[in-house]
Amino acid sequence: MNPRNPFESTSAARPGRGHRGREVLVSALAVSGLALSSLMIGALPAGAASGGTVNLVAYSTPKPAYSVLAADFAKTKAGAGVTVSPSFGPSGTQATAVVDGLPADLVNFSLAPDMTKLVKAGLVSSSWDEGPTKGMVTDSIVSFVVRPGNPKHITTWADLVKPGVGVITPNVFSSGSAKWNLLAAYGSQIAQGKSPAQARAYLSELLHHAVAQPSSASAALQTFLSGQGDVLLDYESDALYAKSKGEPVSVVTPPQTILIQNPVAVTKTASPAAKAFLAYLLSPAGQTVWGEQGYRPVLASVAAKFAFPRPKTLFTISTLGGWTSVNTEFFDPQTGIVAQDEQSLGVSTAGS
Amino acid sequence: MRTRWRLPLRVAVLGYLGLLVVLPVSTVFYRAFEHGLGAAWDALTAPDALDALWLTVLVAVIAVPLNTVFGIGVSLLLARHRFPGAWLLDALVDIPLAVSPVVIGLALILVYGKTGWFGNWLAARGITVIFSLPGIVMASAAVSLPYVVREVLPVLQEIGTEQEQAARTLGAGPLTVFRRITLPNIRRGLAYGVTLTTARVLGEFGAVAMVSGAIAGRTQTLTLFISASIDNLEPQSAYVGAVALCLAALIVLTVLTVTDRSRHSWRRGAIL
Amino acid sequence: MADAGPTVADLVVPGDTRALRDRSPGRGRGRRYPPTVPSPGLATAGRLAGRVGGPALVVTYLSLLVLLPLAALLTKAFSNGWSGFWGAVTQPEAVAALELTLAAAAIVAVVNSVAGLAIAFVLVRDDFRGKALVSAVIDLPFALPTVVAGLTLLALYGPSSPFHVDLAGTRLGIGCALAFVTLPFCVRSVQPVLAELDRETEEAAASLGASPRQVLRRVLLPSVLPSVLAGAGLAFARAVGEFGSVVLISGNIPFKTEVASSWIFSLSQSDDLPAASAVSIVLVAISLLVLLGIGWARRRFDVPEAT
Repeated sequence: MNPRNPFESTSAARPGRGHRGREVLVSALAVSGLALSSLMIGALPAGAASGGTVNLVAYSTPKPAYSVLAADFAKTKAGAGVTVSPSFGPSGTQATAVVDGLPADLVNFSLAPDMTKLVKAGLVSSSWDEGPTKGMVTDSIVSFVVRPGNPKHITTWADLVKPGVGVITPNVFSSGSAKWNLLAAYGSQIAQGKSPAQARAYLSELLHHAVAQPSSASAALQTFLSGQGDVLLDYESDALYAKSKGEPVSVVTPPQTILIQNPVAVTKTASPAAKAFLAYLLSPAGQTVWGEQGYRPVLASVAAKFAFPRPKTLFTISTLGGWTSVNTEFFDPQTGIVAQDEQSLGVSTAGS
Repeated sequence: MRTRWRLPLRVAVLGYLGLLVVLPVSTVFYRAFEHGLGAAWDALTAPDALDALWLTVLVAVIAVPLNTVFGIGVSLLLARHRFPGAWLLDALVDIPLAVSPVVIGLALILVYGKTGWFGNWLAARGITVIFSLPGIVMASAAVSLPYVVREVLPVLQEIGTEQEQAARTLGAGPLTVFRRITLPNIRRGLAYGVTLTTARVLGEFGAVAMVSGAIAGRTQTLTLFISASIDNLEPQSAYVGAVALCLAALIVLTVLTVTDRSRHSWRRGAIL
Repeated sequence: MADAGPTVADLVVPGDTRALRDRSPGRGRGRRYPPTVPSPGLATAGRLAGRVGGPALVVTYLSLLVLLPLAALLTKAFSNGWSGFWGAVTQPEAVAALELTLAAAAIVAVVNSVAGLAIAFVLVRDDFRGKALVSAVIDLPFALPTVVAGLTLLALYGPSSPFHVDLAGTRLGIGCALAFVTLPFCVRSVQPVLAELDRETEEAAASLGASPRQVLRRVLLPSVLPSVLAGAGLAFARAVGEFGSVVLISGNIPFKTEVASSWIFSLSQSDDLPAASAVSIVLVAISLLVLLGIGWARRRFDVPEAT
């Protein structure tokens, strides 16, 4: 501090010309900042188009598929001028978001319980699953994703629990995809004639072989690609997409697996454009695009045109008792089978 | 600094920083430009990427000044006044740090979401907070709340009040005292605080993921765009976006501190 | 103003007999300095607004952004009653996740405090080419989205590491990720304080015969200890809630490498919001306690304030 002038600040800023200049500069910056902000707010796309808007809320996997679908739909008469405003994310999160107010006209999730959330909240009609495709827009199966050339020769579920094999499957409590994986594992044992108790024992062993349980399906894929594990349990559509992107993976179809059914519906407040888009998704043209993107079409006539691998035994969620009972029996975070398995794993590895 | 200590310490510090920070950050830069500048530019100027960039900058332009003003205010309050419960305010300011960003997002939805405490009140007035810009700004501001306070408060306490008191005894009003005495003194700490806040707002993911709905082109911030790019196996877009964020943070840091070159960095014959 | 601060008399430089008004550099340009307030009424109003309005604004801002959401969280946590809360918190997976998280955060906070002090020291007291670059790099972990940080750390120190280390699925890997994201706190908390430190005390001690080590221990460290503690507290709190960067390299294995924030995420995805809120509240409470404790310790070691 300058004893001669106590008002001289330590940074040598002085009242006078220099200081005034700085004041002007700061005000100019502030004003231009405000102007820029208002410009940017104005520039944010408003989303209103001549043909209508479709607020699409979907799980994360079909994003590339929807780019193609939306573009193709825009070329049709019904879709002329329609803007599709998409939001993608983990299936469960997206469903909860819609309940919390995320604008949605068309919703597409990875498993039916997420749609049920919306029905319960009164956003989707309870007759959503009464159409010809039972409310589903695409199918897929649980596949094994392995290293190129399958060096460890993993072809059956029994191979997954061989010594030295590391499995990657997402954590069932945070990922919907993981539920399909474990249900496929459980169901595969039943399909081979084992008893429920034996199937449960297999599940336990499988979890024991999990070298990682990432929080989401995409995190699981990233973990696998980073070099961890020998086999990843994933949707076939996911795996095919990774392959099409040039990632070093091979896809193996297990002999027994579960049919993954992805639900779709329009909300009660949907625009006519949304209903038209849904009709397109279920039409032969739309289903063909889905097939090209690696999803199994639900329309039998279109499915016949694609050569998707046919597993020996394909079962569905209803074979296992339907989602409601399965969710409680297997996936309840406190009392479910999986929770108990994880706990016993934890107890046995406590202290390590 | 005395010669004996200087080199080993420098080496140790640079080694730690190298392994922990420099290497990962350089990898990000490398991956972004791996396929050439042209590919990187294409990734950055894709419509979704540009929208995300604009939104992120907009959010920062609003949230950072808000937190700066708040931070200075709280610091002055805590450093220059004694009142009961000061310790509580001090701790409350740190709460956002103690809470995972995902939880902050959740909590904001619990209050401002459609089914939240203020849901009906807001809907009746046609105000959308969650799943639109205000929600994103609030989430970003909430997670970065404490940084300015944490940087400015210790400096205020360190420098004491003599200069300010002197100015006041000579008749300066509170605003003048602030502008001429306090502000220049806290400038360095404030610069760090604002940089930390900006960097945090730019890089925020968890809380924003919860409250934004990630509507492509409308409420998808750059971090959400990056995450989506990774999910869609388009790592180039992801790394380019990350580089953009790092550069933005670097620019802020440079602008804030270049005018305040350290005058005490080292002196010959110093003891330490 | 309780204490006898400097008075006007102290400020008069011997020999300088100009009137105060005339000492200002604005003299001669027709500007009076400091600028006078137009009217006493406005001054009082201004002061009152500052006195009441300031704190009120601050508290409102804090409430809207932090306090209200926290209250909502608390309400949600107890929406199934005390038994629901306790059940969620004592669930084995929750306990394991909490233990791992708190231990990892504590260790990382300590390690990074030491590292942060050393780095701040080098930044403030050393000089070499590229120092500005080093300083710039330190804030980058903040700007990097956590998911990118996680991916990069996995690439560098995971199974495909060019250094042939594999920290994936290990607790050391978790520590690395946490150290990465909390480093800026530990450095930037200490740096401004270290830079403002008055060298005179150290020089005086040295001139009285103290060795560099004694100067370090007796003079320097006590002065920066409060800010080091503050940085440690920030680092701890941040580490406790960190998700994106840790979860990839940790492998997220329940009971082994699953951190608390990941478990909370799982609970919220399973629609068990009360349990998610309950475990979150526990985390917040513990972090708050740690921060409060550090605040208390800081006040004990602090140089008495000059108010």
